[in-house]
Amino acid sequence: MGERLGSRKALTWAGDNAVTLVFVAFTVFGFMASDLSVGWFLGELMGRLYRNAFLVISLIIPVVAGLGLNFGIVVGAMAGQIAIVAVRFLDIGGLGGLMLAFLLAAPIAVLFGWLTGLLYNKTRGQEMIASLIVGFFANGIYQFLFLFVMGVIIKVPSTHPLIIPSAVGGEYGVGIRVTVDLGAADKGGLKYALDNIAKVPFLYAVIGIAAFILVLQVIRFVRSKKTAGAKVNKMSTIFNMVLCLVVIAVAAYSMSVRNSLSMVAKVPVVIVILIIALCIFTEWILKTKLGQDFKAVGQSQKIAEVSGINVDKTRIIAVIISTVLAAWGQIITLQNIGTLNTYTAHSQVGMFAVASILVGGASTSKATVKQALIGTILFNAMFIMSPEIGQAVFGQALLGEYFRTFMVYGVIGFALGLYVWKANKATKLTIE
Amino acid sequence: MLTERKKLSFKDIINGIGIPTLIIAAFFALILVIAHFYDLSVVTLLSDTVKRAGMNGLLVLAMLPSIQSGTGPNFALPIGVECGLFAMVLAIEWGFTGWGWFGVSVALSIVFAIFVGWAYGKLLNAVKGSEMTIATYAGFAICSFMCIFWLMLPFKSPNMGWFIGQGLRETIQLDAVGADMILNDLFGFWIGEEFYVPTGMLLFFFLCCFLVWLFFRSKSGIAISAVGSSNAFAEASGLNVNKNRVLANIISTILGAIGIIVFSQSYGYLQIYTAHLNIAFAAVAGILIGGATASRAKVSHVIIGVFLFQGLLTSALPVANQIFAGTDLSEIMRMIIQNGFILYALTQVKKGGK
Repeated sequence: MGERLGSRKALTWAGDNAVTLVFVAFTVFGFMASDLSVGWFLGELMGRLYRNAFLVISLIIPVVAGLGLNFGIVVGAMAGQIAIVAVRFLDIGGLGGLMLAFLLAAPIAVLFGWLTGLLYNKTRGQEMIASLIVGFFANGIYQFLFLFVMGVIIKVPSTHPLIIPSAVGGEYGVGIRVTVDLGAADKGGLKYALDNIAKVPFLYAVIGIAAFILVLQVIRFVRSKKTAGAKVNKMSTIFNMVLCLVVIAVAAYSMSVRNSLSMVAKVPVVIVILIIALCIFTEWILKTKLGQDFKAVGQSQKIAEVSGINVDKTRIIAVIISTVLAAWGQIITLQNIGTLNTYTAHSQVGMFAVASILVGGASTSKATVKQALIGTILFNAMFIMSPEIGQAVFGQALLGEYFRTFMVYGVIGFALGLYVWKANKATKLTIE
Repeated sequence: MLTERKKLSFKDIINGIGIPTLIIAAFFALILVIAHFYDLSVVTLLSDTVKRAGMNGLLVLAMLPSIQSGTGPNFALPIGVECGLFAMVLAIEWGFTGWGWFGVSVALSIVFAIFVGWAYGKLLNAVKGSEMTIATYAGFAICSFMCIFWLMLPFKSPNMGWFIGQGLRETIQLDAVGADMILNDLFGFWIGEEFYVPTGMLLFFFLCCFLVWLFFRSKSGIAISAVGSSNAFAEASGLNVNKNRVLANIISTILGAIGIIVFSQSYGYLQIYTAHLNIAFAAVAGILIGGATASRAKVSHVIIGVFLFQGLLTSALPVANQIFAGTDLSEIMRMIIQNGFILYALTQVKKGGK
């Protein structure tokens, strides 16, 4: 009896984490099928993690507030891009320019977030499809701003580096260029303005972080001894400690023999600090009064309303926070990439971020920082791996690229579908 | 007394058609007037409008059954479209040309669409309440899955393959199988020098509209509408809600599948891979512009909507290019109007309130 219960429990666990497990299996398979070097893979993966983590974490608060997965962070990304174009347009570079971009992006993103929040309050129950469509809609307005207002209404000389020169050789150009070069930070541009502040070799960073976690775990272990906490808790603490030690040992060994792990690109310290700060901020805000309101509204809007919470306002605040974070996340991403594809850079942001957090095991009603980080890692591992597998197994990299697009859409469709199906089944059970 | 009655009826007409529809109609008329003053041929624009409306008509009509059954507009239109595409590709591979190609394509696509639509309907029944979001991603997923499929198909027809390597071409020319504009040119004729009437395609579109109209007056059609207006009520009166929703989505998928065949023959090219990824949104906007809501639609909405929306798109392009050379204003306008209408419809959905 107990055994059967155990196996059933394991099955439910596998069912709940199906998407995550598929991605782990896929990554492992990728390593077996292709002859990728671990060092190169890790380098690519870490680069993508620094770039995308901020955007993925920005999804958490709307989920907690019951708005579902906010595909509308595309609108936030647009706010970030508008700020970047403005800064480039005024030709302010370096760290100061980037800071200005952060500053400029905030009010724009607050406005956009407020507007989309109003819309979500009008499309209650259909927020996710509304957030997807609002991204398309905003794209139209964004293009109107950059392709029409800039040039036709605000006259800009053809010679400006950001403007598409007039086709008929006129004095004024029309529209912002399709690709805007952000320029190197040390030469008055924005590229690597944050990355280059401080960099630490990858393995040092690994050892540092692992040691930090180890210390935390030791403190926790000592404390739990005093309070005589649960045995399971203690076990997991010991497990974590061992894991940290193993990581430190591997890193130290790699450093001494200089294997491919020591070739992984250096870690941009400021970005990592920003990501960690965002994680702490997200955890912190959920513990405040506002965070409790988010949770209450997410649980049941009716009950929240009755207990005196302004539901509409709370939801709008959640969307505004998410939008501002997405705007900053997009700026962080772009200063790392170094060029802005003015009309396409934002278009996939929402889709990829949502797919990432779902891969980490989040759902439309529950999302944590841990899920966001695990999801970002696994999703990007799949992203790097797909063309390699396509090449190794089928001799066609293109196949792998189609496959990864399929995975993006498939994951979102599958994870959302599974969640709704379970929820519907549960409500049916309670009614019966 | 008389004037009052007249006033009332005028108001009734406006409310009957719907203010959003009238705004778009006025905008369309305005663009035609501007075109006239910029020396563009209004007759040519209208001729293009008719052609584009006929091309997209069935795809918009595909929205009707799913809206009526309560699953919302069929955002998973790519599913039906892929059935049609596969049918056409198979017909080419088997060497059919001309009318044989058209007939085989339509017949095959119906067969595929019945199976696929059935499975899709079952999926929608499992995710009641979030149909539109799930449908969108189901459509995207199928479309990108088919990309892998197109790349791996071991077809031999020289009309479809790449010159080197495996898989199918991105665009397949239909004049190679003698099917370019085949339906358009059936009884097609010119009025004057600038207006071409694609009689065959229009007849086919109106025939399908008539059949759908007829179906929704039959017993099973009324059952679908009843299920759509209230699940609880329909269940109480002994209707099988799930079965009717599946039936409606099978019909919708079939219409999408045939729709893309009509579209492709008029376009002259068969586009596969990701060309039709976002096809659903234009179709959804089409029926909404005609006056439908996310939960109620009529055949008249389809016809009005497709002519207005496609007319607006076709005529805005040359006019915008004439006035503001070098800008992409008509594409921007399309994005704003299309998605604006979908958002407006979503705000009218009265589900899952506080």
